[in-house]
Amino acid sequence: MTAPIETTGVAREAHPEAIADAAGARIEGRSLGQIAWARFRRDRVAMAGGVVIIFMVLVAIFAPLITDVIGGGPTEYHDDLLDPVLNIPTGSFGGASWDHPLGLEPVNGRDIFSRICYGARISMLVAFLATLLSVVLGVVLGTVAGYFGGWVDGLISRAMDVFLAFPLLLFAIAIGSSLQGEAFGLHGDTLRITVLIFVIGFFSWPYIARIVRGQTLSLREREFVEAARSLGATDRHIIFKELLPNLVGPILVYSTLLIPTNILFEAALSYLGVGVQEPTASWGGMLSAATPRYQDAPMFMVVPGVTIFITVLAFNLLGDGLRDALDPRSR
Amino acid sequence: MTEGARAGDDVNVAQAGEPEAASRREPGDVLVRVRGLRKHFPIRSGMTRRRAGTVKAVDGLDFDIREGETLGLVGESGCGKSTTGRMVMRLLEPSEGTIEFGGRDLTRLSRGQLRPLRRDFQMIFQDPQSSLNPRHTVGTIVGLPFRLQKVTPEGGVKKAVQELLELVGLSPEHYNRYPHEFSGGQRQRIGIARALALRPKLVVADEPVSALDVSIQAQVVNLLDDLQSEFGLTYLIIAHDLSVVRHTSDRVAVMYLGKIVEIADREDLYSSPKHPYTVALMSAVPVPDPARRESRDRILLKGDVPSPMDPPPACRFHTRCWKAQDICKTQEPPLAELTTRHQVACHFPENMPTEDGAGEAVLLAKPAPADAVAAGEGAEAVAETSAEAPAETSADGAAEPVAESSTDSPAETPAAASPKAPDEAPGKDTPPTPAP
Ligand SMILES: Nc1ncnc2c1ncn2[C@@H]1O[C@H](COP(=O)(O)OP(=O)(O)OP(=O)(O)O)[C@@H](O)[C@H]1O
Ligand code: SF4
Ligand SMILES: [Mg+2]
Repeated sequence: MTAPIETTGVAREAHPEAIADAAGARIEGRSLGQIAWARFRRDRVAMAGGVVIIFMVLVAIFAPLITDVIGGGPTEYHDDLLDPVLNIPTGSFGGASWDHPLGLEPVNGRDIFSRICYGARISMLVAFLATLLSVVLGVVLGTVAGYFGGWVDGLISRAMDVFLAFPLLLFAIAIGSSLQGEAFGLHGDTLRITVLIFVIGFFSWPYIARIVRGQTLSLREREFVEAARSLGATDRHIIFKELLPNLVGPILVYSTLLIPTNILFEAALSYLGVGVQEPTASWGGMLSAATPRYQDAPMFMVVPGVTIFITVLAFNLLGDGLRDALDPRSR
Repeated sequence: MTEGARAGDDVNVAQAGEPEAASRREPGDVLVRVRGLRKHFPIRSGMTRRRAGTVKAVDGLDFDIREGETLGLVGESGCGKSTTGRMVMRLLEPSEGTIEFGGRDLTRLSRGQLRPLRRDFQMIFQDPQSSLNPRHTVGTIVGLPFRLQKVTPEGGVKKAVQELLELVGLSPEHYNRYPHEFSGGQRQRIGIARALALRPKLVVADEPVSALDVSIQAQVVNLLDDLQSEFGLTYLIIAHDLSVVRHTSDRVAVMYLGKIVEIADREDLYSSPKHPYTVALMSAVPVPDPARRESRDRILLKGDVPSPMDPPPACRFHTRCWKAQDICKTQEPPLAELTTRHQVACHFPENMPTEDGAGEAVLLAKPAPADAVAAGEGAEAVAETSAEAPAETSADGAAEPVAESSTDSPAETPAAASPKAPDEAPGKDTPPTPAP
């Protein structure tokens, strides 16, 4: 049913006056969102990205159920499956077996599959919540800057520059190491996850805000905004009812593209020891632990590396697909 | 009570008691009175946003629009027409001047005070592509005036919207459709429906048809015409050439670089344009009748419109005027009523009735004609004159335009340059044609 839609669209452009008579049966119009969705569904690559992401999210949510069936708990030690001398798993592919499909860690003998599943929880939680935070901040500050302009815009734009110029990694490491014990009534992994979310979220809002500001600036000049204003619309109405519906597309696209960045960022911080601590599993932490042993236990390093790669790639493909589907110019 | 009644179906409510037909040709009281209207845009540059200059987009306008009449505002691109229209709508704050609407000065009102008054003046926008929110359905767009002004029409918003859609020649079934599903002409109709939703008194239309295909322009212009007689609307129609306003306007104001140079009743202006700029503009209007086309001058203005950041002193047209004299560069000609209801800002107006006292008075006010050298300098305007051309361009004697005899080779006439124009224009009802 995809092809006819395009052709009727073209035909309508050519004979616009015919709509009234021809429409007859189908009175409901198709919104730009519906059109974008129809276009998106035809994009196989983006759809594949979406499927991978849904799969990863499900894995993260149902990690305990999945690991009950395969692999066992993420902190269960299977010393019996390790070579007692070398401390590496016996058997090929890092000790891969039906019970432990992705093999075992050297030294501790924990199941890698189940640690990947649990690590997905940390990665997804941090990436999604940090992105949510930066999107909220970015959309609010970006629309305010773009819509009101003047000194407000100047202030927010300078703040963006400052945040983007900030040596974030160093800052995160500093904060991470200074918040070892207890802070804000939180401690342990909860504290560290919260810190990760806030640090990442606070420093990535400018990416969203820039896009939103630019879009708002151009939308603000559109005549439908003038039309609303000439009817006595309040700023609130204009921002929420006229501008934001037009910003949903770009916001969706750029948050989808921000998530993988934040996944990588979380992994990097965990790799550097700022994230969750042992024995809690995280992808970055696994990579970090595997690095010194890449020669005798390559699977330990390959598995989290490939997982991060696939997840990030999937998000990027989805984001690009969304952009293509939502971009009115590609219509 | 007014709210329900205004938004109701009764077409006569807005103009209660006024005979419909009469309201068009015999304009009533002054509805809009603009005095000393100015808009100066500061131009800032660089990081420090320091003020690098000022664009005098609109620089002192005085005009009235009477109830039920149509004022056409014409002028070249960048002369400040849109800025004027947007100030009348108070979408832009005037730098100076007053805009009285029905006796109230809009420029003094705060945004909140203005809000309830806004239903009385509405705007039709130039670009049907950008004047409708792509994310809203037609129903939402045309229903917006009711929601924003908190008006509940009889029978509900949906019914009112569907009636409006019918009114502008669309199907009520289009209620749930999105703007991108319509053609340019249809979108413009949607914009018109939105502007008329609250039965405004004044409608400002900024180049309402210039973004449309030629074949649709006439339809939309006719629709505007019909709606005016049906609802007794007052129009301010902005256009960049005279052929568009000719069809609809009762009065026409010609703008040049932020000022009105001539304002007169339509017939008067078209039959005897007095400002040299108007004369030049009119000579560029395609003439449908081939016989008349041949016996016509075409004046090609030389050069571009000067920058509104640094407009020429005194008469702003002197850099391009073939009649310019020294006084034009030193003394600003006031916008004066030369004949009845015909105001012109020029020291040496054209088409003056010579036996008439008014014409003499102006001529007397002129200084002695400049010598031949000065005249030669001012006479750089290039004019194409057909063989039997009336000598009006050179009648003044002070400045002789460089005239070029073009024995009616049709390719050189502007009408022929605009391919579609002549065939579609039988008779006097010239459909608006785009500039060639
Ligand atoms: N916001 C603004 N800031 C600075 N200059 C402006 C602004 N808006 C308009 N101008 C300038 O004011 C002048 C008049 O603009 P305006 O849009 O009123 O012209 P116009 O007569 O409507 O022209 P057009 O026929 O092209 O629509 C132009 O020189 C324009 O560059
Ligand atoms: S004749 Fe003089 S005053 Fe009249 S338009 Fe030309 S330059 Fe201006
Ligand atoms: Mg304009």
